[in-house]
Amino acid sequence: MKHRTKDRPLPTNRQIETRFTLIRTLVAVGIALAGCLILILVVSEEPWDAFVAFLIGPLESGKNIATVFETAAPLVYSGLAVSVMFSCNQFNMAGEGALYIGGLVASAVAVKLSLPIVVHPILALLLGGVAGAVVCAVPGILKIKLGATEIVSSLMLNYIVLYLGVYILNYFLIDPAAGFPATERLPESAQLPTLIPRTHFHVGTILAFVLCAVVYLYLYKSKQGYAIRMVGQNEKFARYSGIGVGGTILSAQLAGGFLAGMGGASEVLGSYTRFQWVALPGYGFDGVIVATLAGNNPLLVPLGALFLGYLRVGADIMSRRSDVATEVLSIVQGTIILLVASKLFLQHIKHKYIVSVAEKRESLAAAAPEAAPEGGEANA
Amino acid sequence: MPEVLRSIFSVDFVYSALRLTTPVLFAALGSLVADRAGVTNIGLEGIMLFSALTGVLGSAYSGSLFVGMLCGLVTGLFIALIMAYFSLQMKADIILTGVAMNLVATGGTVFILYSICGDKSVSTSLSSLVFPTIEIPLIRDIPVLGDILSGHNLLTYLSLVAVVVVWFFLEKSKPGLRIRSVGENAHAAESVGIHVRRVRYGALLLSGALASFGGMFLSMGMLTYFSKNMTAGRGYIALAAQALGNGSAIGTFFASLVFGCAEALSVSLQGVGLPPQFVQMVPYVATILGLVLYAALRKNTKKRVRKHKRRKRGSP
Repeated sequence: MKHRTKDRPLPTNRQIETRFTLIRTLVAVGIALAGCLILILVVSEEPWDAFVAFLIGPLESGKNIATVFETAAPLVYSGLAVSVMFSCNQFNMAGEGALYIGGLVASAVAVKLSLPIVVHPILALLLGGVAGAVVCAVPGILKIKLGATEIVSSLMLNYIVLYLGVYILNYFLIDPAAGFPATERLPESAQLPTLIPRTHFHVGTILAFVLCAVVYLYLYKSKQGYAIRMVGQNEKFARYSGIGVGGTILSAQLAGGFLAGMGGASEVLGSYTRFQWVALPGYGFDGVIVATLAGNNPLLVPLGALFLGYLRVGADIMSRRSDVATEVLSIVQGTIILLVASKLFLQHIKHKYIVSVAEKRESLAAAAPEAAPEGGEANA
Repeated sequence: MPEVLRSIFSVDFVYSALRLTTPVLFAALGSLVADRAGVTNIGLEGIMLFSALTGVLGSAYSGSLFVGMLCGLVTGLFIALIMAYFSLQMKADIILTGVAMNLVATGGTVFILYSICGDKSVSTSLSSLVFPTIEIPLIRDIPVLGDILSGHNLLTYLSLVAVVVVWFFLEKSKPGLRIRSVGENAHAAESVGIHVRRVRYGALLLSGALASFGGMFLSMGMLTYFSKNMTAGRGYIALAAQALGNGSAIGTFFASLVFGCAEALSVSLQGVGLPPQFVQMVPYVATILGLVLYAALRKNTKKRVRKHKRRKRGSP
């Protein structure tokens, strides 16, 4: 271990891998933001003000920072949902529908049942989650039983769930006094209490971040989580090892759907006074971005969600203060997905670095032959 | 109910089914070409949406339908090129690439629309040109058939021509053979000197071109303006239609026709007292049912083949 005393120890390959994943993500984000700046320059009369509002706006006040957290909360739920489903290599997009139906069911529980405080929101959250799980299970079952591609069936299912939800809202839950399609006011007993006054930073926001740890333990420390990741990495090998592939796929879809449904429930109970979604809220697809940014790792999901929440709040502030539409954000998001998903993006730099570290290691080993030969091995 | 039946067995219904088949058919043919090269093009939805917008913009600003069409076509090719670059060159997952493109399209079209028209939902402030409808001589005069087949939009006829062309291209032409061999077994194709990546590039570009016409039909044929998210999942329905079509252009046509009928049904069910939400659901339910049916049939066939093989092996 002589060479280690000279300066910092050489990084192991795994450290290089982690470091480069981080750098890649940051570079991707940088490129996407640069592209966004160019677009703003093209369309805006006061591009600089717009860009400043976009990037600095969310951090200007405590209230805005709280709004970032509040915006990130549903993204955490859907990011977790997508992470679990994608970890199993299932491109199930029904998180969108699951989140929608979760919100609907939770608000139905809120307005139709009268229960004591604490019990009421918990039941609403759980039933919202169950409804979401049912939705996400459908593409999973179709895949396992019949081999129907989950991606198309789940995208179609989202539309069906939406129209079914709007039907239920319009025929069973509507409050004619509201003046627009919405349920009655959610009773106080069912609402998730707000933690920071004058914002929507509520109990559900905290719950979202707590769930990240829970999902991490599920995915990385439990037997079933191991099975899910194994099926995701190599289905044939998993089957050969005696893992029940169908059951594992289904449990991942159920867990993902439950998380998404609960996210919808938490969003409605915490940030709305009535349920009023008559279009898909889009959080399900945002989950794909969050999961991509986080590399399907539940512990990194909050970071991805907070970043996306920050961009979203920024875009919102920008559209209020300037002539740039919020939708510019979707271009940023798409670029980030494309770059982060590109396996060869910055790959050559990483290879060069790994080679140079390996060469250094070799020359050190040559210079110090008395050092144990395993030294290099352990580093690899 | 008899009212609905009467409307289904009417000339208008068949006519509108053909009309509503057009966008799905274009995209499904695009999906077919990509799929035969072994690439799943999820980005069809985004390509259609972008082309629908640029077609309108191009024709409104140039005053020429041809320029508008060119704009839409080039947009489709361009997006397909980006997808091809990221998925083939940079090795990004093709599904994620498509999802990213669709995300960019949903927001990006609104962003462009707002920057140009100051409106976030429709482009009615621009006067877009529209592909003409065509009366076919002779056929026009045949009683029932004439009403069904004549008087369609130019693009509807073009989509039918495209079915034949794509069929011929895939089954009878040399590049088509290359596409099929790459899709069948990329390694084998590579071993006989076929440039797999180049073939896939070509297939994706062709797929983008076909889908772009589907998009333009929506904004410059069916309607006369672009409206936010006007594809409404047709790009995804097209993927299902292609799967149902079992890999052939003719099959894809019939599968698309089924979805066209489902959509026409959804239109003619309006105003019969059913909740509108169920009516709107029809095309999507039909798609899932179609997928399930196809998957079930295929599974059944596989089982039969396996049984047959086993029996053959058993009796020497």
